[in-house]
Amino acid sequence: MSNTILEVQNLSKLYRLGEVGTGTLTHDLNRWWARVRGKEDPFSVVGQANHRDQKSKSDYVWALKDVTFRVDQGEILGILGSNGAGKSTLLKLVSRITAPTTGRIRARGRIASLLEVGTGMHPEMTARENIFLNGAILGMRRHEIRRKFDEIVEYSGCQMYLETPVKRFSSGMRVRLGFAVAAFLDAEILIVDEVLAVGDAEFQKRSSEKMKELSTQQGRTILFVSHNLTSIERLCSRAIVMESGRLTQSGPPGTLIAAYLNSFGQNSSWNSSQMEADVTRPSIRSARIRHPATGILDYGEDLTIETTVFSPHGGPLALELTVRDQFGSPVIYLPSKSRFDQEFLFSPNERKLLTCTLPQLPLASGQYSIDLTLSHTGVRNYDQIRSALMFQIDRSDPMQSGGQFSQESRQGCVHLPAEFSESIPGLSL
Amino acid sequence: MTGWTLEITPHRGLFHLPVREIWQYRDLLWMLVLRDLVTFYKQTVLGPIWFLLQPVLTMLIYLLVFGNIAQIPTDGLPPALFYLAGIVMWNYFADSFARSSITFVMNADIFGKVYFPRLLIPLSLVISGLLKFLIQFGLFLGLLAWYLARTDQLHPNRWILCVPALVLCIATLGFAFGLIFSALTSKYRDLNFVIQFGIELLKFATPVIYPMSLLSPRLQNVLWWNPLAPLIEAFRYAFLGEGQFRLDGLVYSGGFTVLVLTLGVILFHHVERTFMDTV
Repeated sequence: MSNTILEVQNLSKLYRLGEVGTGTLTHDLNRWWARVRGKEDPFSVVGQANHRDQKSKSDYVWALKDVTFRVDQGEILGILGSNGAGKSTLLKLVSRITAPTTGRIRARGRIASLLEVGTGMHPEMTARENIFLNGAILGMRRHEIRRKFDEIVEYSGCQMYLETPVKRFSSGMRVRLGFAVAAFLDAEILIVDEVLAVGDAEFQKRSSEKMKELSTQQGRTILFVSHNLTSIERLCSRAIVMESGRLTQSGPPGTLIAAYLNSFGQNSSWNSSQMEADVTRPSIRSARIRHPATGILDYGEDLTIETTVFSPHGGPLALELTVRDQFGSPVIYLPSKSRFDQEFLFSPNERKLLTCTLPQLPLASGQYSIDLTLSHTGVRNYDQIRSALMFQIDRSDPMQSGGQFSQESRQGCVHLPAEFSESIPGLSL
Repeated sequence: MTGWTLEITPHRGLFHLPVREIWQYRDLLWMLVLRDLVTFYKQTVLGPIWFLLQPVLTMLIYLLVFGNIAQIPTDGLPPALFYLAGIVMWNYFADSFARSSITFVMNADIFGKVYFPRLLIPLSLVISGLLKFLIQFGLFLGLLAWYLARTDQLHPNRWILCVPALVLCIATLGFAFGLIFSALTSKYRDLNFVIQFGIELLKFATPVIYPMSLLSPRLQNVLWWNPLAPLIEAFRYAFLGEGQFRLDGLVYSGGFTVLVLTLGVILFHHVERTFMDTV
């Protein structure tokens, strides 16, 4: 109790669905005129009820309901939950991006949110100017930044390019620069969301090491949301699970992750909640596992996925599939354009069924999820559905030894028919 | 329990001006001003010279169109000086107004990622606008000095001392209108076009290209309701010695400004709390 640094009490957030402003004055006037005449609202958002509880009766949805928890100083608290469970809403409330509907948050010290790295950086300004700008946006004073400037520069590895406009930086370098600024923040409470998902493997390793160091050596408190369960398990001292806006469980991350995974149902189809008429850019309308229809298969069997795609103005589109293991780490990445040279040409307002077969899956038993991404020649992501589909490998025994090759053993999850041989060194023929 | 330094609750009242917080974030304010100034001329050939070129070109066009072609009198003042005085003041107002009115729309991505007092954005625009104003004001003073050396029809007087107050008032007015409309454009994007058009129209209802004295007494009585009119007329009177200096008009402008500012802060605060829910 004595070292509670953050306290969240009965926090709730209400979102209004139906009557959200249409965004233009003419539409709102139209709506008002329709109401005056007793006609139906021409702009009401039909069928956009919240995903989770199908068609909700009211126009209101509690994105967060009665969430109460405490965080002690020096803790790294992991926040788990599927899409739409309220994780992001919680972070947005704690970092004061939007206001709660009821309840209260109290904290000791500064709260800094890293919902993105390099927020507010301006491409025309130099790396030096951007360090000061980004630091100030994150709440640092100028003298603090000046004091830590050399460390930040060294950590980012941008010494050579301090006077170069950031627009000439590669995206990896920008992320590095942004994270370096954030890593030297003096805030007592840090809010980190998925930041680690960007950048290369080495950068990810460095950033998670930095987080660990911040908490253990400097006593900082971190709230951490990630889809990658492995990093939550590795980093966090405690975790909470969110489901449909409520906090359902809290405890050590190891046991919580197991329970969380079990709570996942089978998910062999997915449908967009948005009306086709509403979309202004290409989008994935629905997806399903065609074969096997149950989404449960054995090692070495084929998996066929069907995706319905709609394009309002036509043109070529590419589909990308990412298969992730139950810890959220990518296992297989299949971009149709860059790896298979396969693009799909759409006419305006056309809807197409795209099918992809993954042959003879050499995977360990356990649960997998598939992310679907719609892109244009690999440059631009039009639509991305994380964990759109789930499938399960039931039996996996590649060598027919009677055992089970499982994700749980943490010894990899892809099997290859490798060949081993032996010879005496130096005498090879 | 005591020792909490931050408390986040649903309601924070109608009128909320976080002066202390803005002071804490003053370094960010300065960085935003710098960003605004630097990015204005990066990747332009002429760089900061644009700050001067803009009013000079406008003045030349006015000289040609309103001075030579339409032959609108200028209170007997040298037309170049007359127009430049109006342009410098008007530009500062219009710039502050137009740019802060799109605060939410332009910064939605940053506002969605990190917290800082949202008022910093329009404030930084007004401050960087002040630097631009000072550069253009310097140009005006230069031209004034040139005319003073050559003619004796100009009579700068002690009212010059109240010029800082006039500038503060016109800046605050632009800022306050900006706040009101930033709250409205966050909901209705199409108001952006109305604002651009509205500012153009307002210019013609303000003595920028013509002197108040040109109008019929009836029309003058209507135009004095425009809070900008007394400010610009007083500015001209202070430096050039011609124009209609009305103390009651200035008091009206000041009162009007305070009123609009209060309304602006209320609306802005109302929107900033939940803006991110509606984008």
